[in-house]
Amino acid sequence: MKRSALDAPVTWWRRARRHHAVRRLAQSILVLWAAFTVSFAILYVLPSDPVSIMLNQGEQGMADPAQLAALRAEYHLDKPLVVQYAIALWHALHLDFGRSIQSGQSVTALLEQALPATAALAATALALGLLLGVTLAVASGFARSTWLRGALLAGPSLGVSLPTFWIGLLLLQGLSFHVHLFPAMGNDGWRALVLPALTLAIPTSAAIAQVLSRSMADVRAQPFVEAIRAKGVGRARLLLLHVLPNAAVPLLTMAGIITGNLLAGSVVTETVFSRDGIGRLAEGAVSVKDIPVVQGVVLLAAAIFVVVNLVVDLLYPLLDPRIAHGRRAT
Amino acid sequence: MAGVLPDMSEPVPHDPLAPDAIGERGAARARVRPKRRVPWLALASALVLLMVVGWGLMPRLFTSADPLLGQPLQALQAPSGAHWFGTDQLGRDLFARTIYGASTSLRATGLAVLVALLGGAPTGLLAGYFGGRFDAVVMRAVDVLMAIPSLLLAMAIVTVLGFGTIEIAVAVGLSAIASFARLTRGETLRWRGADFVDAAVVSGVGDLGVIVRHIVPHAAGPVLALAALEFGSAVLSVSSLSFLGFGAPPPQPEWGLLIAEGRNYLALAWWYTTLPGLVVLLVVLSANQLARFAQDSGAHR
Repeated sequence: MKRSALDAPVTWWRRARRHHAVRRLAQSILVLWAAFTVSFAILYVLPSDPVSIMLNQGEQGMADPAQLAALRAEYHLDKPLVVQYAIALWHALHLDFGRSIQSGQSVTALLEQALPATAALAATALALGLLLGVTLAVASGFARSTWLRGALLAGPSLGVSLPTFWIGLLLLQGLSFHVHLFPAMGNDGWRALVLPALTLAIPTSAAIAQVLSRSMADVRAQPFVEAIRAKGVGRARLLLLHVLPNAAVPLLTMAGIITGNLLAGSVVTETVFSRDGIGRLAEGAVSVKDIPVVQGVVLLAAAIFVVVNLVVDLLYPLLDPRIAHGRRAT
Repeated sequence: MAGVLPDMSEPVPHDPLAPDAIGERGAARARVRPKRRVPWLALASALVLLMVVGWGLMPRLFTSADPLLGQPLQALQAPSGAHWFGTDQLGRDLFARTIYGASTSLRATGLAVLVALLGGAPTGLLAGYFGGRFDAVVMRAVDVLMAIPSLLLAMAIVTVLGFGTIEIAVAVGLSAIASFARLTRGETLRWRGADFVDAAVVSGVGDLGVIVRHIVPHAAGPVLALAALEFGSAVLSVSSLSFLGFGAPPPQPEWGLLIAEGRNYLALAWWYTTLPGLVVLLVVLSANQLARFAQDSGAHR
């Protein structure tokens, strides 16, 4: 990391590097750069000719040579690989990921258009998932009989095994076609949001409940719980005010994974419910091999993951003072 | 799988980074199991998986109906004694299609797990054993791959590879390499510092000998448990990708595709998507239960 020829930046960097936040920020930027490189390698280097992959979709006949050449020039595919990479990286730094092959719109604009709908879906699903997951975990903590406990804990392991698209279709079938409670498709209004959000929330809540109930069991085994109980604190108070906050900290480390899963789940969910959004954009782009859009979505997902993890990491020492700065990697 | 980890003189702490059904960053498990009970759940899971593998290998044994031949007069029949899962819009027996689909779906899943295992485990092993710059590079790469949701990564790979069952299987496998590399590296590091490894090194056993004789047998348990877990999630990924239409072309019976076709008949035929989906759920659930069982019996010895 210390490759600068000048001395002043190096010493500055050495000093700055001691700060946890600076180090984590640098690490995040590195991961983003690497994610760009990986996606570039997959999408532009692996195929022998990305342009013919992109153009061979749809119409049977080969595109005429002039068109091919024009497209190659637009994506700088006529230049050496290193130059292509440098140009693409330079553009990516300016948030320019090229134009969609299919619509001709800029990828950034497409992502911007699609993001709000998916963000609304993911946020609702997350809220629902947290509500459901925490309730389940706490309820299983309350359950005295092992029988009831087992039954409550079977829910999450069932939940993580459910195919997302299947949940969506079952909900559609039940609540939209048989009982006309919610619309089957579209983006309009909160009613259209309910079923997709529920679809995404079920696996999310299962994951949350699994981690939380395990970490609650860990916390309950700690001596401080015994001490609090010896003081005569009731079960409910103990679980909700003492065990749950402590047990919730490990859950926070999962925030990045959960967000990533919500985004990945939105692909299937938005397709099932014909909702506009990032997931549908990705699905459409893959099915017509619109490589720039696919790359844009992948990079967006990586960026969101990195940012969420960075925020969690910086918050972590505030929430749990026992954790020394920088002791926890990733 | 259960007997891979031998008795150790010192208690083996359950690795906090060991995977569980949703992610690997969960807290350590502090459950104590005093008595060995009959693992009914694991047995039932194994039975389900065996049956489904049987479907894949010898579909004729389980159904006499033709999965591709339609009988227009029998279209969209509800489940009955003659058609356990009902029939589809062309009058094809859905139970037969589910059974014949097992072959495609399971082969794709198996291939995905194999790709992930063969790609990830050796990489993690070498990175953990030799350390140094190679390790640093591998771990950075793993971090990056972990930053991209695996379904999206698989979709990106499918964009380049093209559509088809094998293609999505390879894509799903490639996108799971990182988690295998990470777990194997962690296991390798754990055993590399063990006294018996030092003893072997001191008595002149070479790197290859140490890896093959001492590291691999110990690391194999958790890694194979992850493979079982990955089998479950690969079933989900493969069927999701083929549900989205990136897998096998329509006439083929494949689970994800089968459910996707039923999508147009939700209001008319509840059984079309529900019953094949139930099979997928059972398979994933069984794989997860077996993986959990393998992890537990490994960790509590």
